[in-house]
Amino acid sequence: MDDNLTIMAESITFEVFRYKPDESSEPSLQKYKIPWQKDWVILDALNYIKDNIDGTLSYRWSCRMGVCGSCGMMVNGKPVLTCATFLKKFLPGPIRIEPLENFPVIRDLVIEMSDFLDKLKSVKPWVIRDEQDLVEEEYVQTPDQLADYKQYSMCINCMLCYSACPVVALEPDFVGPAAIALAQRYNMDNRDQGNKERMEVLNADTGIWNCTFVGDCSVVCPENVDPAGAIQRYKVESASHWWKNLLLPWGKG
Amino acid sequence: MSQTSYECDVLIIGAGGAGLRAAISVAEKDPNLKIGVISKVYPMRSHTVSAEGGAAAVIKDNDSLDDHAYDTISGGDWLCDQDAVEIFVREAPKEMIRLEHWGCPWSRQEDGKVAVRPFGGMKKQRTWYAADKTGFHMLHALFQTSMKYSSVQRYDEWFVTSLLVDEGRCQGAVAVEIATGKIAAIKARSVIICSGGAGKVFPFTTNANIKTGDGIALAYRAGVPLKDMEFVQYHPTGLPFTGILITEASRAEGGYLLNKDGYRYLQDYDLGKPEPKPVLRSMELGPRDRLSQAFVKEAEKGRTLEGPYGNYVHLDLRHLGKKIINEKIPFVRELCMKYENIDPIKEMIPVRPVVHYMMGGIDTDINGATPLSGLFAAGECACVSINGANRLGSNSLTELLVFGARAGENAAKFAANQNGLSSKLDALYLDEVQRLNEQFLHKTGGTENIAEIRKTMHKIMDEGAGIYRTNESLIKSQNDIVELKERFKHIKISDNSSTFNTELIATLELSCLLDIAESIIQSGLHRKESRGSHQRSDFAERDDSQYLSHSLAYKRENDIPEIKYKPVVITRWPPGERVYGR
Repeated sequence: MDDNLTIMAESITFEVFRYKPDESSEPSLQKYKIPWQKDWVILDALNYIKDNIDGTLSYRWSCRMGVCGSCGMMVNGKPVLTCATFLKKFLPGPIRIEPLENFPVIRDLVIEMSDFLDKLKSVKPWVIRDEQDLVEEEYVQTPDQLADYKQYSMCINCMLCYSACPVVALEPDFVGPAAIALAQRYNMDNRDQGNKERMEVLNADTGIWNCTFVGDCSVVCPENVDPAGAIQRYKVESASHWWKNLLLPWGKG
Repeated sequence: MSQTSYECDVLIIGAGGAGLRAAISVAEKDPNLKIGVISKVYPMRSHTVSAEGGAAAVIKDNDSLDDHAYDTISGGDWLCDQDAVEIFVREAPKEMIRLEHWGCPWSRQEDGKVAVRPFGGMKKQRTWYAADKTGFHMLHALFQTSMKYSSVQRYDEWFVTSLLVDEGRCQGAVAVEIATGKIAAIKARSVIICSGGAGKVFPFTTNANIKTGDGIALAYRAGVPLKDMEFVQYHPTGLPFTGILITEASRAEGGYLLNKDGYRYLQDYDLGKPEPKPVLRSMELGPRDRLSQAFVKEAEKGRTLEGPYGNYVHLDLRHLGKKIINEKIPFVRELCMKYENIDPIKEMIPVRPVVHYMMGGIDTDINGATPLSGLFAAGECACVSINGANRLGSNSLTELLVFGARAGENAAKFAANQNGLSSKLDALYLDEVQRLNEQFLHKTGGTENIAEIRKTMHKIMDEGAGIYRTNESLIKSQNDIVELKERFKHIKISDNSSTFNTELIATLELSCLLDIAESIIQSGLHRKESRGSHQRSDFAERDDSQYLSHSLAYKRENDIPEIKYKPVVITRWPPGERVYGR
């Protein structure tokens, strides 16, 4: 199939979101015609534009292998990693490239994401233990215990889930899918004892109860982290914790 | 007017594995010290994230520190400083356990202890791994852990343009805040550079776009020598076109390298006999330099395959089966399916050697200290040297921890002993602002295109300073690079915005790469022997009588770098033959 398409298309049109706050307060769509190569991902095409057509186009990228999380953008309205999305999927074009939704735009395709780092920090994404860390050996963790949280540890902080989340769109203070998944990553790690500390943040007005379980976060996640699943699981745990708080004194009595 | 002067006790440039480990080290050593961490990308984007296979540290009963030291030293073709290697292997297990306590999801044995895997050039199984996303998990564990220290102040997406040096002491840096274009001075009592390597001097590399050697160039321009820059590691198994790395772990788990006839060609290059199961320090588990060199020889014999992106051979994992591939190297499968449309369970993977790592870097001692007072360095940007003429796979991630921690501790000690900062720093800052304005920000009349200069540099390095080099090829590269640096002076920057100007940053990065390219060429030209990754077709043998020493490249104003030497530190392992597979 690819070869036929190669013959059919020699160039493809990109419509790229431009926003240069130094020059204009209004964003616009700029068209670029680029040669079509079957091995190219969207990011290769953007690099072609930057190197050969327009050096002023700004966007973030780094590893080009789907693990650094820098290059998320909206491609034809869907949040994707542009280094892991092939051009051929969108033939014959045009292809529309926009910055990730639900974030303020600094310039062109570059979003402001420092807010996420504050949210991440707020869930205390580190191992919390009651005793001093003096052990000379590794903590024991069986493969099954590792498997309990491993999926949630795969988050690359690419922000696609925030872009897809309808709650983030309405309630910008919502802690959000990735940060909650990472909180769960530690909550479910048998080496960690910080569940209670994290609960304050996760149960707050801006925490998990905002989630309406649309599940778009899990659909767009390039690492199959399943933040929606993490949130659901936490709701169940949190609810049972609430029940226990209420019931135990009675039981004891 | 917005703030253009900041102050901290220890300033760390770069927030990958080494930088974050250094930050935690300072924070733990003395909570009163104010730590600045400055990085041109958000910390979790740092290139440590791409490391796949694992991190070496002796932990199992059948292993010993001496074994790890010997593998490292022989793997480095006796160019490692052995005092540094001894410290490295001794501190490695403790560092790895610390990272385990910080939550790194290491792969486990059934009994819940940490699992280890074999790796190239290692005669025992000692490579800790988190499936095949080890660097990713290490980086995120370090970054998330670093968030709990309130003494750490991050400067995310700031690009450092120069060091502030007065009275022979490094006292901070000048940097551009990328989002706003603001130029500011960040004054500090000590500075640690942890900015990574410079694989982007070459066209075909596993390295991320950010690996432009900025920190190496900062030190070099401040008069610090660059050590052993001629030693550039080619990893034998990169995907054609993208240069995406297929981890050595795929061979450690039992993968074969096959030429176009389906023959395990490494047996023809003094690397042992082919066995069905992987044998340590043999065949596919030989060191990276020898495997990459074997590829070149095999290509010369016409026994490699030809593709649209150059010659290649096959990495065959099919006999490992679905279970091993999915459990031990799932990322390899994901990368192959995503980028090559190949499923390694059913098909062979096309691979070719690809620039992967700089053994050389900023000259440091075992404490991470450079010859410039107050300046420290750790990680790939530094050269201690534990990697010698060829780094063993899985030593670099451990190096980030061991020497990141040591540099942090020593920079903290240094900072605590300093009183005031020089009164001239503000003047130095203004000088730097003026330089940036004249050469880049307000420059007019330039004609040269950034991408063109970058492409030309790639060609010069690839043709003249690749896996095999000669006097002739290196002299040509030197002449060409001098000419290219001249052209760079007339660079044209079409973007004059102060908001997130990536063209400006790319130009500053390119200027760093050009300096580094030149240091690689000159160091290679002067070393008239073949050792590890530095292979001279015109001097095919190792020459311990003349070159059992580290090269030191010093920058000179408007001239090619000056090359000096200092002897390698030998403690217990006199130079010998590198023996693999026999």
